[in-house]
Amino acid sequence: MQNLILGAAAGEGLNTGDILYQLVAFLILLVLLRKFAWGPLMGIMKERQSHINSEIDAAEKSRQEAKSYLESQVAELKKAKEEAKSIIDNAKKQGEAQGEAIIKASRDEAERVKEAALAEIASEKEKAVATLRQEVAALSVKIASKVIAKELDESSQEKLINEYLQEVGESR
Amino acid sequence: MEHGAHFEKFMGLTFNMSNVLMITVSSVIVFLIAVLATRTLSMRPGGMQNFLEWVVDFVKGIINSTMDWHTGGRFLALGLTLIMYIFVANMLGLPFAVVVDHNLWWKSPTADPTITLTLAVMVVALSHYYGVRMKGFKEYGAEFFKPMKFLFPLKIIEEFANTLTLGLRLYGNIFAGEMLLGLLVGLTKMGIFAGVLGIFPLIVWQGFSVFVGAIQAFIFTMLTMVYLAHKVSHDH
Repeated sequence: MQNLILGAAAGEGLNTGDILYQLVAFLILLVLLRKFAWGPLMGIMKERQSHINSEIDAAEKSRQEAKSYLESQVAELKKAKEEAKSIIDNAKKQGEAQGEAIIKASRDEAERVKEAALAEIASEKEKAVATLRQEVAALSVKIASKVIAKELDESSQEKLINEYLQEVGESR
Repeated sequence: MEHGAHFEKFMGLTFNMSNVLMITVSSVIVFLIAVLATRTLSMRPGGMQNFLEWVVDFVKGIINSTMDWHTGGRFLALGLTLIMYIFVANMLGLPFAVVVDHNLWWKSPTADPTITLTLAVMVVALSHYYGVRMKGFKEYGAEFFKPMKFLFPLKIIEEFANTLTLGLRLYGNIFAGEMLLGLLVGLTKMGIFAGVLGIFPLIVWQGFSVFVGAIQAFIFTMLTMVYLAHKVSHDH
């Protein structure tokens, strides 16, 4: 009956050995586990924690880098676009100016050619007139000789020549 | 249900050889679990390492709920060892009991008040030790006269009450669980009808005992941390 009332501890008084054994066993277990289990486990857990921390930092850093890189790229692209636009504008302006210059030059050339042609025409005409006058003179001589042959008197002869000459001069 | 125990006298000390056996078995099992689980540690935990890390986080949670980590961090190994040892010890008596010549050999070591009170006294003694070490003797002594001087006797009684309740709660739960298990097993041996009838409450009670064993291990560790926090923290 005593056993039931006090449990397994009854019967032989206080089992001091159990107390000591439990204490020693627990302390040994504590020391052993701290050395062989908890220590390494804490180590790896701390290591993982710092690893995760550094990974998060690295990710944050690379995100910032990517952001700034993207910004610089966008700025660069904008710059390049502007540059291309200005180049095209310049080329257009230059082309227009060049075209105008060509047109002007060709117009001038045409003018010059026309002048030269007119001058030539005038000189040719002068020549033709001179040639004609010579021919007329020669013809007049012929006519005169023919008239002379017809025996005109001096005065009527002169009168005739003058008439002819006047006629030739007017026709000019 | 009256079982004796085999006692040995050695150097003036009385040993209950059943307790000696079961304490050894519990310690070895806890040691094997913890050491085998931490043999192959890796940054990506799997299997047993995962389980043990969960236990570590669980005990960390207990400590953090009672004191700040700066003071409580040093008690992590104590809490881990306590919770695993008590849990394993509670579980040992559940699947079977071994009786040789009317002497009970295989049982939970925590079903003995001597063992549980030893653990309780150890915890309370540790709390006083850390109280003196971390706060100095003067501040430690002053705690006994707060908030009012005439409460000093109550504070002294409280220390003994804490020790007794801490140890006897664990003992009572586990001993009662095993006692009822023994009675139910006895019922199943009385005949076919009683056997069929008794097997169901036996299964239920075994499941409940697993639950009780786990809860008691948690409570013991929790109260250990509460007592330690009470002694080492400065704010109250």
